[in-house]
Amino acid sequence: MTTLNGLAAISVAYVLLLFAVAFVAERVAWRGHGRWLSAPVIYTLSLSIYCTAWTFYGAVGSAARNGFEYLTIYLGPSLVMIGWWWGLRKLVRIGRSNRITSIADLLSSRYGKSNLLGIGVTILAVVGTTPYIALQLQSVTLSVEAFASVDPETAGQGRHTALWVALGLALFTVIFGTRSLDANERHHGVVMAIAVEAVVKLAALLAVGVFVVWGLSGGVGATLARIDASPLADWTVPGGRWAGLTLLSAAAFLCLPRMFQVLVVENDNDAQLRMAAWAFPLYLMLMSLFIVPIAVVGLEMLPPGSNPDLFVLTLPLSQGRDGLAVMSFLGGFSSATSMVIVAAIALSTMVSNHVVMPLWLHYREGGASVSGDVRNVVLLSRRLSIAGVLALGYLYYKLSGGGEALAVIGLVSFTGVAQVLPAMMAGLFWRGATRNGALAGLSVGFAVWLYTLYLPSLGTGSVLPPSFFSEGPLGLAWLRPDALFGIGGLDPLMHAVLWSLLLNTLVFFTVSLLSFPSPLERLQGAQFVSIQQTPGRARRWTGGVAEAEDLMVMTQRILGAPEAHALFLREAQKQGMPGPLPEPTADFLETLERELAGSVGAATAHAMVSQIVGGSAVSVEDLMAVADETQQMVEYSARLEAQSQELTRTARQLREANRKLTQLSVQKDAFLSQISHELRTPMTSIRAFSEILRDGDGLGPEEQTRYASIIHDESLRLTRLLDDLLDLSVLENGQVSLNMRDGRLSDLLDRAVAAAAASDEGSGLRIVRVEADEDHWLYTDIDRLSQVFINLIANARKYCDADAPSLEIRVCEEGGDLVIDFIDNGTGVATEAQEMIFEKFARVSDREAGGAGLGLAISRQIMTRLGGAISYLPGQGGAAFRVVLPQAAALAAQ
Amino acid sequence: MGGHVLLIEDEPNIIEAIRFILSREGWRVHTHSDGRSAVDVVRERAPDVLILDVMLPGRSGYDILRDLRGDPATAGLKVLMLTARGQNRDREMAEQVGVNMFMTKPFSNAEVLEAVRTLSAP
Amino acid sequence: MADDPADESGPVPLFVERHTYRRRRLMDAIRALPVLGVVLWMLPMLWALPGAGMRGAAALIYLFAVWIGLIALAGGLLLALRLWERRAGLDHGERGR
Repeated sequence: MTTLNGLAAISVAYVLLLFAVAFVAERVAWRGHGRWLSAPVIYTLSLSIYCTAWTFYGAVGSAARNGFEYLTIYLGPSLVMIGWWWGLRKLVRIGRSNRITSIADLLSSRYGKSNLLGIGVTILAVVGTTPYIALQLQSVTLSVEAFASVDPETAGQGRHTALWVALGLALFTVIFGTRSLDANERHHGVVMAIAVEAVVKLAALLAVGVFVVWGLSGGVGATLARIDASPLADWTVPGGRWAGLTLLSAAAFLCLPRMFQVLVVENDNDAQLRMAAWAFPLYLMLMSLFIVPIAVVGLEMLPPGSNPDLFVLTLPLSQGRDGLAVMSFLGGFSSATSMVIVAAIALSTMVSNHVVMPLWLHYREGGASVSGDVRNVVLLSRRLSIAGVLALGYLYYKLSGGGEALAVIGLVSFTGVAQVLPAMMAGLFWRGATRNGALAGLSVGFAVWLYTLYLPSLGTGSVLPPSFFSEGPLGLAWLRPDALFGIGGLDPLMHAVLWSLLLNTLVFFTVSLLSFPSPLERLQGAQFVSIQQTPGRARRWTGGVAEAEDLMVMTQRILGAPEAHALFLREAQKQGMPGPLPEPTADFLETLERELAGSVGAATAHAMVSQIVGGSAVSVEDLMAVADETQQMVEYSARLEAQSQELTRTARQLREANRKLTQLSVQKDAFLSQISHELRTPMTSIRAFSEILRDGDGLGPEEQTRYASIIHDESLRLTRLLDDLLDLSVLENGQVSLNMRDGRLSDLLDRAVAAAAASDEGSGLRIVRVEADEDHWLYTDIDRLSQVFINLIANARKYCDADAPSLEIRVCEEGGDLVIDFIDNGTGVATEAQEMIFEKFARVSDREAGGAGLGLAISRQIMTRLGGAISYLPGQGGAAFRVVLPQAAALAAQ
Repeated sequence: MGGHVLLIEDEPNIIEAIRFILSREGWRVHTHSDGRSAVDVVRERAPDVLILDVMLPGRSGYDILRDLRGDPATAGLKVLMLTARGQNRDREMAEQVGVNMFMTKPFSNAEVLEAVRTLSAP
Repeated sequence: MADDPADESGPVPLFVERHTYRRRRLMDAIRALPVLGVVLWMLPMLWALPGAGMRGAAALIYLFAVWIGLIALAGGLLLALRLWERRAGLDHGERGR
């Protein structure tokens, strides 16, 4: 006999295995070897979270009670997958191109980025999924009790099973579900673990099936004979229920938050869908193949009155096949856990993006442009949401008392989420669908569902008094929850499905016809409906109003500094801009918004960008594009647009080049004047005092010494200038020979700080360093590199105009490169001067500060020779310079 | 001798040299090194000869001279201008704003002395 | 995404080459498959009528046979489509040279 402790040990070992699988998959994906992680097979297996514990245990129970009706739950999804061409393909493409993060995000995005709609769908999803999570917890508890009943010594020990399972799942989901913020960086660890669980549950069910058919029943022929002889054999499913349940399961397959998560959000390419189109129906077919035999044999062999929901477990147990029973237990455990994990991820994303983040942004003063990292807030809110979702599920389980047949809760939940279907499908195929229509339809469907199915499912007398059901509210018989409009005698489930979906669709359609969509809604609608014809283009931002720096500050908070820098640099290069900041053109703002949407959802991203840009405008051409229905015009204008974009880009690049040339010519003149001035000034003193010394009648010895030393100092000044000029010229011509050797970064910085302090009149500059980060070995030209550092520190001394000037030196690693930032707290460099400061003799201010303006030009040359780079880092508060050393120069810390 | 010279220049070593050369010959020399307040200082001191550098912190010598010429009180002041840039354009600029003499650095001490003498002669 | 006729930009010729024609009919078949599935799987609605003799193992075998048939057809058609696409890709490649 397997004891409960043994069972617990096996479960824990199995969970640890899942942790390991998820961890390894995350590592592999992180290292970039993860092509196989998005293989179509793994995608197909991950879809198997459709088959929950309800399927694993409940299907046999359903078969034992209602005959072949259980099959409809699998036929619906099979039809959806086989018909992938019609709906799924479009859904998945829209999901990818708009970086959709959840089903709530999809609806909110389609209907003009309405957050109200997002909140509505989120509430519906939470209400609809909570009982389902409770169901999973209940099934694990029941299966543990099944073991306990065989082993009377340990009866009652499994009382807290549900709590432990809920806690463990919360932990797993928080660890692997909120690792990365961007929804488009897929949850490789979770998906991989789920794929493993998919294999386990299929294998377990098949093993039990094989045991029943060949071990107990005596082969295929004998099994079929038994089926014919059993009470299940009569076809008792009413036609309406057969078709209705198939439709319901097909709808739920598309609308369940967890299914949307694996189908759309985790989807990577069309190839995955193509394989799943036939392989997932195969999986479902195998899952349901042995259900009837198990039910028939269970009814025959087990004592009357035993719970048919547990036949999968109790049949092997009653035959003393403990190993098989444990395997079956693991199958059920897998089904329950994988469903809960993905459902929690999907729901937490919705809650966080549509409820928590908008509230947080609203109550934070200053809105989106306040600096500081938002990513932690987003992650924290997701983690708390996961915990909240699981806590809700557990509470529901506790409060409902864990009664009820499993299948009933599942179907209640299905009907709830299916309310999203009309708004979703019409959103994909009908341009006339409006936000108000969607809101109204959803609300009506939700209300009818609550009234006719959800509240009654809690049990008569628990929330509503029994008289409510028999006589209707306030005695109004036509409002009885199980017989709306006086039409009774219908199966309660079909009654609810019929009325909720019918009224939902009707109201949705009517309100859509009567209401008029906003321009943004119409554009989004046009883009979603004709995704194949007009990819990408949504609506225009009025560019030029936004300050690129403000956008940068905001983006850093959400994506993190390195990603934000990389994104802005890439966009700037695409525009042909020389600096790290792109122009805030309409195109750039759209790209930015889409990137942000991957992290915080479309509605929030839109709100954040519009806070800075000041509202999006829909131009006349956009409205024409909406009004214009013909494919031809769309194509033609798309081609024209591409050409004009190309021209605009070329023109911008030419303008940029011309501006630079003009600047250079002005600079060259200024350079000649400057160098003349720099040379002649010391020369003047030298000449004047040497003439005084030459004609030197009546000079005291003290004066003679003093004048001689002035001559000496001024000639040193001349020499320094000439040295700098020569240095620069040598570096520019590439004739310099580098003296490569090993050195420690921290030593190098120590020396540079000391040297910069010695060379200058001490201006009380405070230097902030983090010694621990500086523990890097370098192999480079140490002297040249320290020349760069000295120059940067000396610049901060000269130009930092804060009352208490301080310079922060930050060291970090980015993509293998070593990055050293020098950030002071002064006013920084004006945006228009940022690209000029690295040119020769370009002194930024008219402030007299000594030096000929060659320092940064030399530094840039040195960094180029060392294979690294130096650049100005905008958006940091003060003047900030970034020195990047390539991987080869930075050895690993020893 | 004994005229009054005002020197507006920002390089301390050049100030010291000119002061030495002129005061050895009996001139009273005052100096000032900021461009912004130069015009006020000239009005206040009312020197016989003004020696004016072109590249000054805050304000260029040309602008200062233009202001002086625009004010009747200082319009007739004798001005010697010094520049370290030494391009033709600089001389033209100086003549436009009404300089009396123009000299490129580095200069010989005798030249400066001679120029100041010439300018201060009635 | 070149498998979708709507994706191919430019004017659509009236008649297409033989292999393009084949490919399009293949896609028609893929699109028709769910319709076939619905028809075959909704037949059991008739069994509930009194007098319909379908019951027990036979009904089960019918439903699973349809299932397996649909899976095989879906897999087979997609495989065929991929082969056609690959061949079309080769043709284009050779002509390009």
